Amino acid sequence: MGSYLPSTKAEQQEMLDTIGLKELRDLFVDVPREMLLEDSVNIAPGLSELGVRRVMEGMAKKNTVFDIVLRGAGSYDHHIPAIVGTVTSKEEFLTTYTPYQAEISQGVLQSIFEYQTMISELTGMDVSNASVYDGASAAAEAVMMTQTRGRERVYVAETAHPEVIETIRTYCWGRDVPFELIPQKGGVLDLSALEDLPKDTACVYIQQPNFFGQFEDAEKAAELAHAAGAKAVLGVYPIALGIMKTPGEMGYDIAVGEGQPLGIPMSWGGPYLGFMTAKKEMMRMLPGRIAGETVDKQGKRAYVLTLQAREQHIRREKASSNVCTNQALCAMTSAVYMAAMGPEGLREVAQLCYEGAHYFADELAKLKGFERVHEGEFFNEFLTKCPMDVIKFETEMAKRGILCGLPEDNNILWCVTEKLDKAAIDEIITIIKEVSGQ
Amino acid sequence: MKLIFERSVKGRRTFQMPASTFPKRELPEALKRKTAPRLPEMSEVAISRHYTKLAKQAFGVNSGFYPLGSCTMKWNPRINEAVAALPGFARVHPLQPRDTVQGSHEVLNKAREVLCEITGMDDMTFQPAAGAHGEYVGLLLMKKYHEKRGDFQRTRVLIPDSAHGTNPASASMVGFTVTHIPSDENGCVNLDALKAALDDTVAGLMLTNPNTMGIFDPNILEITRLVHEAGGLNYYDGANLNAIMGWVRPGDMGFDVIHLNLHKTFSTPHGGGGPGAGPVGCKEILRPYLPQSHMGEWDSRRPDSVGQVRAFFGNFLVVARALTYALTLGKEGITRTSGMAVLNANYLMRKIEPYFPPYYNRICMHEFVISLEKVKKQSGVGALDVAKCLLDYGMHPPTMYFPLNVPEALMVEPTETENRETLDEAAQAFAEIFEAIKNDPDSLHDCPKTTYISRPDEVGAARNPIVRYQFD
Amino acid sequence: MNIPKNLKYAATHEWLQVDGDKVTIGITDFAQKELGDLVFINLPNVDDEVAVDEAFADVESVKAVSDIISPINGVIYEVNEALMDAPELINEDAYAAWIVKVKDVTGLENLLDADQYADLISKEG
Repeated sequence: MGSYLPSTKAEQQEMLDTIGLKELRDLFVDVPREMLLEDSVNIAPGLSELGVRRVMEGMAKKNTVFDIVLRGAGSYDHHIPAIVGTVTSKEEFLTTYTPYQAEISQGVLQSIFEYQTMISELTGMDVSNASVYDGASAAAEAVMMTQTRGRERVYVAETAHPEVIETIRTYCWGRDVPFELIPQKGGVLDLSALEDLPKDTACVYIQQPNFFGQFEDAEKAAELAHAAGAKAVLGVYPIALGIMKTPGEMGYDIAVGEGQPLGIPMSWGGPYLGFMTAKKEMMRMLPGRIAGETVDKQGKRAYVLTLQAREQHIRREKASSNVCTNQALCAMTSAVYMAAMGPEGLREVAQLCYEGAHYFADELAKLKGFERVHEGEFFNEFLTKCPMDVIKFETEMAKRGILCGLPEDNNILWCVTEKLDKAAIDEIITIIKEVSGQ
Repeated sequence: MKLIFERSVKGRRTFQMPASTFPKRELPEALKRKTAPRLPEMSEVAISRHYTKLAKQAFGVNSGFYPLGSCTMKWNPRINEAVAALPGFARVHPLQPRDTVQGSHEVLNKAREVLCEITGMDDMTFQPAAGAHGEYVGLLLMKKYHEKRGDFQRTRVLIPDSAHGTNPASASMVGFTVTHIPSDENGCVNLDALKAALDDTVAGLMLTNPNTMGIFDPNILEITRLVHEAGGLNYYDGANLNAIMGWVRPGDMGFDVIHLNLHKTFSTPHGGGGPGAGPVGCKEILRPYLPQSHMGEWDSRRPDSVGQVRAFFGNFLVVARALTYALTLGKEGITRTSGMAVLNANYLMRKIEPYFPPYYNRICMHEFVISLEKVKKQSGVGALDVAKCLLDYGMHPPTMYFPLNVPEALMVEPTETENRETLDEAAQAFAEIFEAIKNDPDSLHDCPKTTYISRPDEVGAARNPIVRYQFD
Repeated sequence: MNIPKNLKYAATHEWLQVDGDKVTIGITDFAQKELGDLVFINLPNVDDEVAVDEAFADVESVKAVSDIISPINGVIYEVNEALMDAPELINEDAYAAWIVKVKDVTGLENLLDADQYADLISKEG
């Protein structure tokens, strides 16, 4: 029904006449007859805009939108300032492609340059690329950046996000790179495993805070990696960086992470934003696009995609990565978010997450059976026991409009963001009491 | 144009958090950051005006004709955006219990059903976030397939010399080596060279069909048969599916695995370079190796899976947009869409022909290539100059210097959503440029003249990279 | 075209200054003109081995990357680090901007002299 085709049937015929053909089918003269379909493919007839909206809304309504989300584990329910959506839905940003033609793409190029600066500031690193697909693929690409001849072995924290670990494992299998897990003890890494690393170690990958929300001794981990001549790579939660020591301050060579918390809705897992930052010395190993400053013929400041000879469209099979597009619109989203928050706003958000999570953990600890599983410092996520069947608990909470923490075996991984204040948490505690029969 | 950092004034705020209602608590000193990030400090109106200015210096499909070859810059229907913004899709956590995300599962299942039917595949994964990411997954499937059969020596992949750069780069990422297959005089796969390259070390062939010259390879059945007979698999790069959907299916051509670019063929916006989506379809033989969480949940029944290539299930909101589009077109819309994409390309090719003849003079598919090689020899005006000159006509230039096997190439893909007047105006622009080359070729080196900046110094940018704002 | 008589050449456009079993290698003036403005060079390390017909470095222009192929066998004992920060030195004077010095050299038999190289590029150009 809807087809977005401007040409009328009459125009179509006139255009066919112009090129000396009778019907559209004549255009497919090179297609072997035995495979040319007689009557299209077997799908339903088209729909009007009203009709398709009805169908898609019907599907959307089958999903539950929780007003209270106590679940993180790689996707976070932070508040998104209203300005973010209005900026990124501008048609020019939405519908343009990779800014190959710098003369008509200064807006996009400058926005990438600004994003690169902001994310470098946030992580305390020297340089950034224009982003990649998501946090997990950013981690895998970072690990691949550290590969040099004779140094290939990769050590990955067992306390990193499970899907990050799996993604790195896949990339390593693809390139036949040896993959090792750094074991955990009590919810944090056992760093003794990093003493006396073998000579062929390329890098060590740590996540801060880790999957359980716990703070690792990330500084020590970087020292041990460097002592073995290997690179240190840190995966970070960008909101925590509002108050948390940066990878730059801790001497990391590469810092990556999932940018979704910076203004991008949870969206059932995507699209998200993989940010990648590095020390200056590693700039040329970064995959993907990088925007750089230059001047035009008149000496006016201008921006271009630069260092392109690293990339697949030039280096082809010798490129270290096949990444071509970045997640430009998601990168811009995060940039608008960071501009709207400013350094002080971001600090406040991080502080609220931190204080709220600790208040919630303390209140939970007063109940029976919700003790923390681990000791030690955490940011806004933490693991507790569950006094009843965890799936039953999850279901009962869901019935009351609350997406509780993530079931992990028979424990629960909780997450608190700035969206919840003390009154909200007190109310949640009351509901948990009721559900757990206390 | 000022950078956002140059508009920042210390102490200005847009967004303020409510005061904390919790007991005060400080992060231990050893874990605290020492210096605050120098993020912009601005009012909301200043942010809005800054990005409005940036938007004026960007060129979208809404701005004008965008015949960027190989990128399928068709109109991005606005209903897709409205659907993606529905709270039921946008405000859902990826790890919600299954019974609370039945709608999301329905979107993926429906998209799989429709896209498998269009491509002739048996199953599909929505994990890959982009076309290149899809290529990577497709090649991982091939690698796993051969390894499972004990064919560890199959590590060569055959790629035509006209292929996208991502093809060889993706092959390297799975440890394959690349053998380039030259094109024949018609721009198609050279069958003798293909035969000579085939042996029991070949993992497979990667092909775009129609290829990057905009030509449908008439020998496609023989090509895929030869590769199969040699024990290899056939990979279909779906970059050019917009030419053929509804007319012929990659699965019927003999392909075993394909990726789609939902941001090209299925109308989802390019967003300045992403997010896109690159789902991978495959035949039954490769199904066991698909990524674990490819359909919305971790599938432990998949012990032979190649693993994850990202977190969660893919760029879900992009898939929701693409499904909206596919359901809108439906059975008839889909053939007429690709048919008009091909007709528009042929119409424009013939309109431009008197000035710049096509590199291959035959019916093209959704795009065509012209070469400025002769013009450059005679006048010094190359593909770059013509492209920059087109900017002054208010249109986006075609893809330049690609494919690599055509010297001084311009690759033109008008797409089906352009009307005849737009095509006629573009042809007129080419005609006027042709006249300018005859009369005053040197003037073209100064193009563009009407844009915000003139040609930038790319050499300087690469020699002394400045990739972030230099704070005082 | 600038082709000094005192140097040896390879068909892949490298020049070689031979001094016993030690050799200095760079790329020719013809090669730098073909490549255009160079923006970066990937250099090998001291003690890396080079082998006939194998790439030991690559140079980047804005839109291309090209391998530098070794015409000889040997072991690198010095690398011109100055090119890291200033690859344009190759554009300015290709014969002054050497890339590596190699010792324990073998495989010198098939090199071209200046006249033979001049012949070769007159056909290519």
